[in-house]
Amino acid sequence: MIPELGSFALMLAFCVALLQGVVPLFASLRGSAANAGAARWMAVARPAAYAQALLVTFAFTCLVQAFVANDFTVLYVAAHSNTLLPLHYRISAVWGGHEGSLLLWIQILVLWTAAVAALSKQLPAEVVARVLGVMGLISVGFLAFILWTSNPFERLLPGSVEGQDLNPLLQDIGMIAHPPLLYMGYVGFSVAFAFAIAALIGGQLDAAWARWSRPWTLVAWTFMTLGIFLGSFWAYYELGWGGWWFWDAVENASFMPWLVGTALIHSLSVTEKRGSFKNWTVLLAIMAFALSLLGTFLVRSGVLTSVHAFATDPKRGLFVLVFLALVVGSSLLLYAWRAPQVGLGGRFAMFSRESLLLVNNVLLLAAAGTVLLGTLYPLFLDALGMGKISVGPPYFETVFVPLMAPMLLLLAAGPFLRWKQAGFKDVRSLRWVGVAAVLLAIAAGVAVGISPLLLMGLTLAAWILIGSVWHLLQRLRVFEDNRTRLDHRLSMLPGSYWGMLIAHAGIGVFVIGVTLAKGREISHDVPMRSGDIHHVSGYDFRFVGLQNVEGPNYSAVRGTFDVTRDGKHIVTLLPEKRQFASGGMPMTEAAIDRGPTRDLYLALGEEIKPGNWIVRIQHKPFVAWIWAGALLIASGGLLAALDKRYRLKKGKA
Amino acid sequence: MKPRQKRLALVAAGLALLALAAWLISSAFQKNLVFSVTPTEVLASADRARNLRMGGLVEKGSLRRDGNGDGVTVDFIITDLKQRVPVRYSGILPDLFKEGKGAVVQGKLGADGVFIATEVLAKHDENYMPPDAARALKEAAEAKGKQ
Repeated sequence: MIPELGSFALMLAFCVALLQGVVPLFASLRGSAANAGAARWMAVARPAAYAQALLVTFAFTCLVQAFVANDFTVLYVAAHSNTLLPLHYRISAVWGGHEGSLLLWIQILVLWTAAVAALSKQLPAEVVARVLGVMGLISVGFLAFILWTSNPFERLLPGSVEGQDLNPLLQDIGMIAHPPLLYMGYVGFSVAFAFAIAALIGGQLDAAWARWSRPWTLVAWTFMTLGIFLGSFWAYYELGWGGWWFWDAVENASFMPWLVGTALIHSLSVTEKRGSFKNWTVLLAIMAFALSLLGTFLVRSGVLTSVHAFATDPKRGLFVLVFLALVVGSSLLLYAWRAPQVGLGGRFAMFSRESLLLVNNVLLLAAAGTVLLGTLYPLFLDALGMGKISVGPPYFETVFVPLMAPMLLLLAAGPFLRWKQAGFKDVRSLRWVGVAAVLLAIAAGVAVGISPLLLMGLTLAAWILIGSVWHLLQRLRVFEDNRTRLDHRLSMLPGSYWGMLIAHAGIGVFVIGVTLAKGREISHDVPMRSGDIHHVSGYDFRFVGLQNVEGPNYSAVRGTFDVTRDGKHIVTLLPEKRQFASGGMPMTEAAIDRGPTRDLYLALGEEIKPGNWIVRIQHKPFVAWIWAGALLIASGGLLAALDKRYRLKKGKA
Repeated sequence: MKPRQKRLALVAAGLALLALAAWLISSAFQKNLVFSVTPTEVLASADRARNLRMGGLVEKGSLRRDGNGDGVTVDFIITDLKQRVPVRYSGILPDLFKEGKGAVVQGKLGADGVFIATEVLAKHDENYMPPDAARALKEAAEAKGKQ
C-alpha cells in the first residue's frame, strides 16, 4: 500500500510541477507585477513549489520506509537491499541504484526550489515567478523520467524472500554521504541556471542580479566540491589500491561542471562588483548546469560501465539525451536571441583584475574542454561504430599541467590587481613573494629530492600560500596603520574576502599534497608469508599472521602487520579480504595509517599459495594535504556564501 | 598604442594562446590514444610500439605464477576462442580475475610475441563481462561462423 502511495505522490508532484513551470512563467511574460491579474497568476509559483516539495518528500519517505521494513515485494528494494544489511546501509541503499538515485535528484531539486521560494522575499515578483518556473520545468522533466522509465515503486510479484544486497563497494560511510552531496552541487547549479534564464527573459542583468545568484551558486559549488572530495576520499581507501583520482569518465563527469562552476563564481564576482562580463556569466551558468545534466546522463545512462552505471535500458539513455538536448538547445537559443540585450557590461583595461579573471575563466574552460574531449570522444567513436578507443590518465595529465600552471601563477597575483585599471605598483611587492616561494621550494626540494615537476609544484604552492598571507597583511595594513586596533580591522573584513583567501590557500595546500603524493610515492607488490619482513622508506612491515573474522554480512581473512621504524613500534595494520554472503564478489579492505606528512597503505592482494600473499605496501607522502586542501577550498566557498551583504533587505538590492 | 591597436593585439594574443592550447591538447590526445583490439587483431597487426587494450577470455589452465622468480609475475593466455595471446603481468591481479572469465589487459606486444601488460582489468561483478572482452568473443565467433 505504502509504495502505491509513494507512486501516487510522484504523479501529483508531476502535475504540480507542470503548474509551477507553466503558469507563473506565462504570467510573467504577459504583464508586470503592477498588473493585478498577472501578479495573481505569478503568485502560484511559491505555493506550488512548497506543495511539490511536500509531495516528493512524502514519496521519498515511502521509499526509505520500504527499505527499512525490508519490503521485498518492491523490485527496487529486492534488487538493492538485504535483511543482513545494517540499518544505515539500508537507508543509504535508497540511492544505491538508478531509480532511487534519480528520486534523490528530484528530492534535492524540490528542496532547492523550496529554499529559493522561501528566501526570495526581497526579489521582484517577476523574477521569482521566472526562476521558480524554470525550476518547475526542470522538475517536470525529471519527474516524467522517473514516472515513465524508472519508477522505484514498481512491484515484484510474488515478492522475493531475500534481497540481492547492495554492491559491497557501496557499503561504506563515505558512500552514504557522497551521492547526496554531489547531487546538492549538480542540482544547485539549476538555481544559477534558473536565475540566468530569468535574466535572459527579462533582458535585464545588473549588479543586483549577480548579488542574488552569487550565494546560491557558491553554496552549490561548495557542495559539489565536498561531493567530489568524498568520492575521491572513498576511492582512496575503498577501491583498495591507493589511487585517489583515475580520470575515470565518471569522475570527469563531476569534474567538468566543477571547473565551469569555478569559472562561474569568479565571473559572477566581476558582474557583481563591476557590472562587467554580463552575458558571459549567463553563458557560464547555462554551461555549468548543462554539464551537470550531462554528468547525470553519463553516469546514470549506462553508456559508461562502472560502479556508478546502474541502468542499461536504452530507453532511459534516450530520454536523458532528449531532455539534455531540449534544455541546452532552448537555453542557447534564448541566449542567442536575448544576450545582445543583456550586453557585456563595463569596460576594463588590459592590465586589471577583470582581465586576469578573464584569463582564469579561459583556462578553466579550456581545462573543462580538455576533459570533455577525452571523455566524450571515445563514446562518439564507439557510437558511430568507428572502433573502440580509450584515453587514459597520461592524456589528462599532460594537458592539465601546462593549463593549470599559468592559472596557479596568476591566482596569487589576481587579488593584488585593482579593478578596471591596475598599475605595476600594485604587484611590485610580489617579487619578494616570488623570491621567497622559489627559495622555500628549493629548500623543501632538497629535503625530499629534486625533480623539475616537483620544484614547479612546490614553487607554485608556496607562491600561492605566501601570496595569500601577504595579501591579508596588506589588506589589514599591518605595517602602515598603528592607530586603530588590529582585531577591529580583522573583524571588518567581509566573509567573501575570507572565503576567497581560504579557498586560494586551499589550492596551495592541495597542490603541495598532489605534487608530493604523486612525485614521491613508493609502492611495492611483494609476496609475503607470516614472519616475513619488508622494508619501505625506513619502515619495517612484519607480517604477523592471518585470521578469519566474521562481519555482519561477510566473512573475511584478516592479516596482521606490525610496522616499526628504527625498532620503535609505529602501528599495527589489519588489512582484510572480504567475501560477501550474498554474492561471489570478494573485496579488498585496505589498512591505512594516516599521518600529517605520510600515509602508510597496506592491502592484501591475492593468495598465491596457502598462507602466502602478495601484499601491496605503499608509502604515500602528504596525502592528508590533498584532503585538507579540498576541505579548505570548500570552506572558502561556504564562508563567501555566508557574507553578510547577501542578506541585505529589500530596497538595498 | 591606440585603443584600436591595443584591442587587436589582445585578440591576436588570445588567438595565439588558443591555438597553442589546441595544439597541446590534440598532440597529447594523439599520443595517448589507446585502441581496443581483439587477440585476432593483435596478431594481425605489425605495430608493436603502440599501447593496446586487448579483451578476451582468460584461458582455462593457462595461469602460471612466478615465471620470473620474483613472486609477483604472472603469465596467462587471453583468447577470443580463435587466437591465443600469451600475456605477462607483474603485480596484483584484480579480485575478480579468474580463469575462464573475461578480462581486459593494457600494454604492448613484445618482440617475442608476449603481450606485456601494465594494467589488468576484470569485470565489475558476477554477471558482467567487460565490453572489450565481449566484443572480442563476438567478433571471433562471427568470423568462425563465416568460415
